[in-house]
Amino acid sequence: MRRFAPTLIVMALLGMLPLITSSNVVLNFLVVALLIALVGQGWNLLGGYGGQYSFGHAAFFGTGAYVTAVLQVRYGINAWLGFCIGIAASALVGALIGALSFRSGLKGSYFALVTLAFAEVLRIIASVAPVTGAGVGTLIKLDLRPEAFQFQSRAPFYWIVLGLVGVSLMLMRVIEDSRFGAYLVAVRENEDAAEALGVNTTVVKLGAMTISAAITAAGGCFYAQYFLFVDAGIAYGPWISIEALLAPIIGGVGTVFGPLLGALVVKTLGELAKLATGDAPGLDLVIYGCVLILVVAVAPRGIAGILSDLRQHVLALRTAVAASLGRGHG
Amino acid sequence: MLSPDILFAAVLNGLMTGAIYALVALGLTLIYGVLHIINFAHGALLTAAMFAAFFAHRLLGLDPYVAAVFIAPLFFLFGYGLQRFIIGPAAHGDDRNILLVTLGLAVIIENALLYAFRADTRTINLPYAFDVVEVGSAFVALPRIVAFIAVFAVALGLWLIMRWSDTGKAIRAVAKEKLGAELAGIEVAHVYAVTFGLGTACVAIAACLLIPSYYVNPHAGNAFVLIAFTIVVLGGMGSVAGALIGGLFVGVVESLSGYYLGESLGQISIFVMFILVLLFRPRGLFGERA
Repeated sequence: MRRFAPTLIVMALLGMLPLITSSNVVLNFLVVALLIALVGQGWNLLGGYGGQYSFGHAAFFGTGAYVTAVLQVRYGINAWLGFCIGIAASALVGALIGALSFRSGLKGSYFALVTLAFAEVLRIIASVAPVTGAGVGTLIKLDLRPEAFQFQSRAPFYWIVLGLVGVSLMLMRVIEDSRFGAYLVAVRENEDAAEALGVNTTVVKLGAMTISAAITAAGGCFYAQYFLFVDAGIAYGPWISIEALLAPIIGGVGTVFGPLLGALVVKTLGELAKLATGDAPGLDLVIYGCVLILVVAVAPRGIAGILSDLRQHVLALRTAVAASLGRGHG
Repeated sequence: MLSPDILFAAVLNGLMTGAIYALVALGLTLIYGVLHIINFAHGALLTAAMFAAFFAHRLLGLDPYVAAVFIAPLFFLFGYGLQRFIIGPAAHGDDRNILLVTLGLAVIIENALLYAFRADTRTINLPYAFDVVEVGSAFVALPRIVAFIAVFAVALGLWLIMRWSDTGKAIRAVAKEKLGAELAGIEVAHVYAVTFGLGTACVAIAACLLIPSYYVNPHAGNAFVLIAFTIVVLGGMGSVAGALIGGLFVGVVESLSGYYLGESLGQISIFVMFILVLLFRPRGLFGERA
């Protein structure tokens, strides 16, 4: 249990928030930030640990969101069941895209391009296909019962998305310690060497992509239930692909807590920008773009990297102080 | 089925659009061929150039074809600065970082334009915008013919630069053997930035050719960027001839599938083609071995 201690402490602390504040503004902010953290967790497994940068995680977010919404609205399937099917469907999409692109040996920028293209194809299909509501989108009927995955207040939504983030954090921790996680990092660091040592890199990347798609899809499914509306631009739009990679990269790529840290920082920056300038469209994204370039340029390990550097400094300082005090006495 | 006349018109229109695609792709493939990076900011730069051409006409009364003479060098300098002072230093030479930096630039440029000019779609009215020229049994708008011819002129100019000028020789040397070029006294960072500038200038000219018959809004360039990626991959990353032929080909495919499948579903054919080429022949039809 010890390895889960940091996660459990963070979860417990965050979980107490709705008991302190019932402000809808605060809770709404946190729900959206946690949603982005969840989507970023998915990206981080494939991109952060596996080194395969996807520019099209919208494909998985959107599939989760659409499957959850369409199953309820058109086929009368229970929302919770739809939620699970959405995750499974998206994992399947991830496995399919992964199988196609990894078998063809696509990596680096080619992989980024092909994922982007798959997301665009899905966006265009969703904007014309009748089953998704085409250009109008799909509206989930208001039905404020827990059985329908809808709640009177925002607190239950908050706890659910927090729980999902918690599960993904622990999953990431388990993967980090597992053989699979080690293979994945080996693929990131040097794919040819990993292959030469007998790691089946295609299977490893495929596994990472499938789990990654499932985690990101959970964010999409949750989005559909929280906002009760999905259209092609929301579900498969480039915005979510960018958010998915922004959070982990700013927070600390390939670290357990990176996406959560990054999502909180990014969303806070966005809100501050809105406060400073009113609701001007675009400005928050300009700031995200600048932060992204700055992080890549000066702190490639993100906030998590800065924090661990700081801790090193403090430890070194403490040792130095202790040593000099010791000399003083002697 | 379609009559031969309509088919001819569709192919002709496809070729005209394809020429512009080719020019956008030319800039992209040039940058890829030398720097080996995929410039995700390409579409945003196209949008920025379209706004520049729009305001040159609105505020200074400059015809877009005249404005190209000023906007192209301006964007050359802009592209040079971006690569020299932002992309190069920020990326630390790591491919994954370059992807992220150019993506970040795209996000910044696109949203700065959105912030400054809002999401409104603008067009400019030129006296000759609706003039048509008769080509065989079909009619083609005059600005599109001008664009078609201009694209080949630009491609020829670019070829001459690459073939005969010292700068062109340096660019080709760096593309072939970076370390060797550096040892021979070529400043690689400068050559990289010049190449990026040339690619950006291509986009600026494409924008000036587009604006008489197209519209501009902060997302206008995005429609071209995935198509340009498709062309570049199809034609072979880094191949100039590939970009030209690929551009015309994609223009025709888009035009024909637009007629058969309808406007919005017609777009899919391009992406499907893109995915198929990426999966089965990622070095493209004309590309050298990766």
